[in-house]
Amino acid sequence: MGVDRRKFLKIAGISALGVAAKPAASVFAKDMGSFTPSETILHLFDKPLGFAPGQALTATRWAMVVNVKAVDEEIANACQAACHKIHNVPDIENPKHEIKWIWSDNYENVFTDQEHELIMDDLKELPFLSLCNHCYDPPCVRVCPTKATFKRETDGIVVMDMHRCIGCRFCMAACPYGSRSFNWVDPREYINEEEQNMDYPTRMKGVVEKCNFCAELLAEGRIPRCVEVAQELSREKGKEPALVFGDLDDPDSEVRKLLRSRYSLRRKPTLGTNPNVYYIV
Amino acid sequence: MLEKALVGGRKYWIWMACLLVVMGVGFVMWLWQLSYGLGITGMSRDVSWGVYIANFTFLVGVAAAAVMVVTPYYIHHYKVFGRITILAEFLGVAAVTMCLLFIIADLGNPFRALNVLLHPTPNSILFWDMVVLNGYLFLNIFVGWNVLTAERKSVPPPRWIKPFIYISIPWAVSIHTVTAFLYAGLPGRHFWLTAIMAARFLASAFAAGPALLIIFCLIVRKNTRFDPGNQPIRTLSGIVTYAMCLNVFFFLLEVFTGFYSNIPGHMHTIEYLFAGLHGHNALVPWMWTATFFAAASLILLLVPATRRKDDTLVVACICVFIATWIDKGVGLVLGGFVPNPLHHITEYRATVPEIFITLAIWATGFFILSALYKVAITVKEEQQQA
Amino acid sequence: MYDGGKVITGLIIGVILLALPLWWNLGAEEKKLDIKLPKKEKKCVEANMRPNHMQVLDLWRDSVVRTANRYYINENGRKFEMSLQKTCMSENCHARKTEFCDQCHDYTAVEPYCWDCHIPPKEPKETM
Repeated sequence: MGVDRRKFLKIAGISALGVAAKPAASVFAKDMGSFTPSETILHLFDKPLGFAPGQALTATRWAMVVNVKAVDEEIANACQAACHKIHNVPDIENPKHEIKWIWSDNYENVFTDQEHELIMDDLKELPFLSLCNHCYDPPCVRVCPTKATFKRETDGIVVMDMHRCIGCRFCMAACPYGSRSFNWVDPREYINEEEQNMDYPTRMKGVVEKCNFCAELLAEGRIPRCVEVAQELSREKGKEPALVFGDLDDPDSEVRKLLRSRYSLRRKPTLGTNPNVYYIV
Repeated sequence: MLEKALVGGRKYWIWMACLLVVMGVGFVMWLWQLSYGLGITGMSRDVSWGVYIANFTFLVGVAAAAVMVVTPYYIHHYKVFGRITILAEFLGVAAVTMCLLFIIADLGNPFRALNVLLHPTPNSILFWDMVVLNGYLFLNIFVGWNVLTAERKSVPPPRWIKPFIYISIPWAVSIHTVTAFLYAGLPGRHFWLTAIMAARFLASAFAAGPALLIIFCLIVRKNTRFDPGNQPIRTLSGIVTYAMCLNVFFFLLEVFTGFYSNIPGHMHTIEYLFAGLHGHNALVPWMWTATFFAAASLILLLVPATRRKDDTLVVACICVFIATWIDKGVGLVLGGFVPNPLHHITEYRATVPEIFITLAIWATGFFILSALYKVAITVKEEQQQA
Repeated sequence: MYDGGKVITGLIIGVILLALPLWWNLGAEEKKLDIKLPKKEKKCVEANMRPNHMQVLDLWRDSVVRTANRYYINENGRKFEMSLQKTCMSENCHARKTEFCDQCHDYTAVEPYCWDCHIPPKEPKETM
């Protein structure tokens, strides 16, 4: 044998590298819209992208206003049930593995930095809706190592890309509001097959999920389900709408009008997250 | 040189076989975790990081401690450490490998781990953690192996290795700083949101790592024909003493800030850890155990008589190791999640599969360490005879 | 060569094992694929779907999830909503996973994990 072991291994290693690096000379980048550089490279061979549906509701900064006094137990429960139904959120009894996109809790839990012992009686018993705030400066997006959670440039919604999530749960540690849930087990067993929404996927074990401001409904020209349900119930009860949804960047939107005329709170404002869910008291 | 790890006496092979058994059991448990989901651990929606990340955090510190031997030897020409730099570097290799394994074990979708490379995200600290940990692993293997090869051939190490050695020094500091940044930059977790986090991490690392190294040196002296010498151990024990003092001091600084300012966010977790909060007190015995071991270690280390004697020094090092492991692993990581952002409390207890997987990863680290040490010590023994 | 007997024997065993896929099924009946194409639609959404469908789905997914662009016009000028559950698996198209997707996937032992999340359309149970 003329080649010694060391030389053989060196040659084998370099050959392996050479075979693996396919020449990409004949491919040129197409217009990839708002993909990142790595996404562009990964889709180098593909066709250009699509476009937004005409009937979609559009905004540059989606926000929600919760009319605290108008949300009662029935509305809070209905919001959660409706949201969880259309998004196939599993119903897991074990509180450690629970998954929830929107839920209600007490004032002192939702507003931990505002609470004191002598809160007015009206607020003490009220259910406060808690959900992802779709922050303008989301810490969860800042920490995600794969951009599996990201803030959509077009409308400001903080979206989960379930295909990319590696399940590191850094976003869960980063979220100051506890809005995120992880699939500790296979959720399919906890979803009622008869009642599931066939137009929306479930998730698999190992990914994080949270409220998505019903991005898929917005694309169809509908408002988020919780807002829809809350407004319907509020109408029936003859109350002000419990939830209002709109574009913060549009000075004439419902949300802006409400915020101009009523005193509003946001959760943990000192943390610099700039939440887009407001609570009018 | 790796073939030297394949030759050994009975004790060596029995040790490696035991490690392989533990690794095998843990591997099977990991397969179970892959199929059932991370739900077989004790983690929950509120405590979303548990014993895997706790061990990862602790071991990054142990890995960084190699710098405490490399810096005096290469920068300050402290010749005494020459005999043990390779032991420190190989400890770094084993520790970083364990870190990477703990991260893989903790991922919900480990087979998507490449996404971190395919979609680089410079604003994410976890991305940088991956970069620095893998870089450090490479540096230690590269430097350690080349220097050892040179020693085996009785020649000085090649000159081009020097830049890599110099880079490994700030790099070691960086791995632990970046790991601290994972915690210190999260706005919602008041227990972690403190500037001193990185300094605490480094102090704790420079206590635990060299302590472990001292124990290994003494084991090597007892079981092989290579004697690292008394001087390195003396100096290392001094380093451990200073580092442990700083570590405890930094912790007490946190206690002062929390309790003197009386700000609830800064106090709650410390209260939970040491006294219990609203009836939840699962970690209280752990933290007081850590305190006891920390105090014992400080007494044994600060009193010259006990620091200078090998048998009491070993006890001190074990105390340091236990105290820092509990403080950094259990206290820091688990404590940060209590109370949760809505001020509810969910406690955490590791499950059996989780513990087995953890033990298997530790066994893997010891396996790699033993093999590498076998190579290094055989080379040194051969050099001694020559 | 040293240990020539062992090396040659090992090589022969190795080659036999590596060639297993080639000789294992010799003489077995050839399985016929029974792919049911959509009754009404005659043109695929894209050209060369059989080799390219994963790339198409990949691009569709990134487009919908990451850029909110849900609609798409293919080479033939037809508009599609890029959705696996709502478009690809709709009643007019590849409505039955077992009759379409699984046919090739089972044959080639490919197990895409799309269905861990995406809900395949309900299929009527086979009548006895």
